[in-house]
Amino acid sequence: MPLSRYLFVIALLCAAFAARAQLTIEITGAGANRIPIAIAAFDGEGSLPQGVTPVVRADLERSGLFKLVDTGGALGESAAVNFADWKGKGADALVVGSVAAVTGGRYEVRFRLYDTVKSAALGGVAFVFAPSQSRATGHRIADFVYEKLLGEKGVFSTRIAYVVKSGGRFELQIADADGMNAQTALASREPIISPSWSPDGTKLAYVSFEAKKPIVYVHSLASGQRQVVANFKGSNSAPAWSPDGRRLAVVLTKDGASQMYTANADGSGVTRLAQSSGIDTEPFFSPDGRYIYFTSDRGGSPQIYRIGASGGSAERMTFEGSYNVTPRISPDGKTLAYVARNNGRFQLTTMDLATKQTQILTDSNKDESPSFAPNSRMILYASESGGRGVLAAVSSDGRLKQKLSVQAGDVREPAWGPFLK
Amino acid sequence: MRKLICAVLTGLLIAGCSSTPKTDAGAAVEERGPGSDAKPVETPSVAPVTPGELEGTGIAALKDPKSILSKRSVFFDFDSFVIKDEFKPLIEAHAKFLVSNPKMKMLIQGNTDERGSREYNLALGQKRAEAVKRNLTLLGAKDEQIESVSLGEEKPKNAGHDEAAWAENRRGDMLYAGEY
Repeated sequence: MPLSRYLFVIALLCAAFAARAQLTIEITGAGANRIPIAIAAFDGEGSLPQGVTPVVRADLERSGLFKLVDTGGALGESAAVNFADWKGKGADALVVGSVAAVTGGRYEVRFRLYDTVKSAALGGVAFVFAPSQSRATGHRIADFVYEKLLGEKGVFSTRIAYVVKSGGRFELQIADADGMNAQTALASREPIISPSWSPDGTKLAYVSFEAKKPIVYVHSLASGQRQVVANFKGSNSAPAWSPDGRRLAVVLTKDGASQMYTANADGSGVTRLAQSSGIDTEPFFSPDGRYIYFTSDRGGSPQIYRIGASGGSAERMTFEGSYNVTPRISPDGKTLAYVARNNGRFQLTTMDLATKQTQILTDSNKDESPSFAPNSRMILYASESGGRGVLAAVSSDGRLKQKLSVQAGDVREPAWGPFLK
Repeated sequence: MRKLICAVLTGLLIAGCSSTPKTDAGAAVEERGPGSDAKPVETPSVAPVTPGELEGTGIAALKDPKSILSKRSVFFDFDSFVIKDEFKPLIEAHAKFLVSNPKMKMLIQGNTDERGSREYNLALGQKRAEAVKRNLTLLGAKDEQIESVSLGEEKPKNAGHDEAAWAENRRGDMLYAGEY
């Protein structure tokens, strides 16, 4: 076979694998009040290998908080806008923009956002980008529109980490929040669990079984450098970052049963956090750094507790049912998400920390590993659909639901990364 | 070096593992006494390396299906880490083996079924491994001989999703150096 043909076959195989490994998102449900928005194709966008506005539209629509209004043709950034016309078409907001080639093979996009109801300009931004960054640019624009219209930060430019199990192979992958652009950070024949993002988004802590036992590693994503941070006799697991990124909470069994310890981010300075006669695990720092929430069977069944970040006495948080595990606090500090067992079904549940009111958010059977979006609006979690592991996301109010799956394999252990710095 | 020993040992164990004896049907075997003119068949000799861990008594029993020592698994009830009476003789046999082979090292891997939190299951598997270890050390095995770790729900022996599969996965496995 000639070399070119050989390379072509390789490329095809790679593309086929990429397609099978691609996360696809299916939306089932929508927010109550969706903002009708028109996003006109940007003037000059056709010169890009891949458009920007399709990404902006898909992002906003997927959020469940916007309804797309048809726009017709392209509209440049400085086009005169007839607000009454757009209001008549049902759009409360309008985005127009222009794309032009600049030096070095790069492009510049300029756009403006209008409030057609108030007949007001809400601002705009210019970005310069390489063609390979078209999608990233679209996510930035969607974040701008989202924040201007909703008053909270968007998460379209964030990344998610998760584990794909396919055959006997485990891959820790990092993808954009829309499931695109997946990259493999670690591939192994042994399981990988509990990925946890450093607060600055540059590192992942996780548990890998590649040495035939659970060991905690910290992996710098940009460099691929990896460090063992906890490898004591017994099992090492459940890493969680302190909000300032300087400390890690881990679960070790070096002194007997699974107990919580804190350490510096490089694994030095290991200090025992709490003492119990049973299992203490799944530590998670509150966003203000004051508390560590965790799962413990100290009361006879697994329940959620919290303890001061440097120790002290533990306070029990959950009282209903005999199995409440995997506590995660929303970045705004208001909500505790966890998994509760109800009649043999494991379901994602939230507790309002102020009122202690609880709400079951799903009707599934096998929910695991909840992870909040950095703006606290959505919770990503692992679940099961058709006998396969899938990721799902649900809005904190339970209204909007999304399912993320890969064609071949199980997806599990999601972790939503922080805002892009 | 340790890796090499492990590799050699694994090889030996795998070799010793095959349960069906090979029979060459039809090949005639002729025995002759010394002094006959038959040329001896010589194979280049291989001097085996005996890893330190394997110096001891009764090693062969570990792989002898007729010996209780060839059995390695302790099964548990749902949400339990109590060792049932039926597994006590097995643990006693391995404790005795560890006592008479003080250089032998053991890894105990605790496992759980797939239900519930992965990290909580990891802790539960650890409790099971720890329970097996405690019983072994109470019977005289040295703490330094045994490491107990957990695989949680991550390495199910049975991939099914029913009670039969789950029961098979709620398990502690006793493995000797070179077997994992």
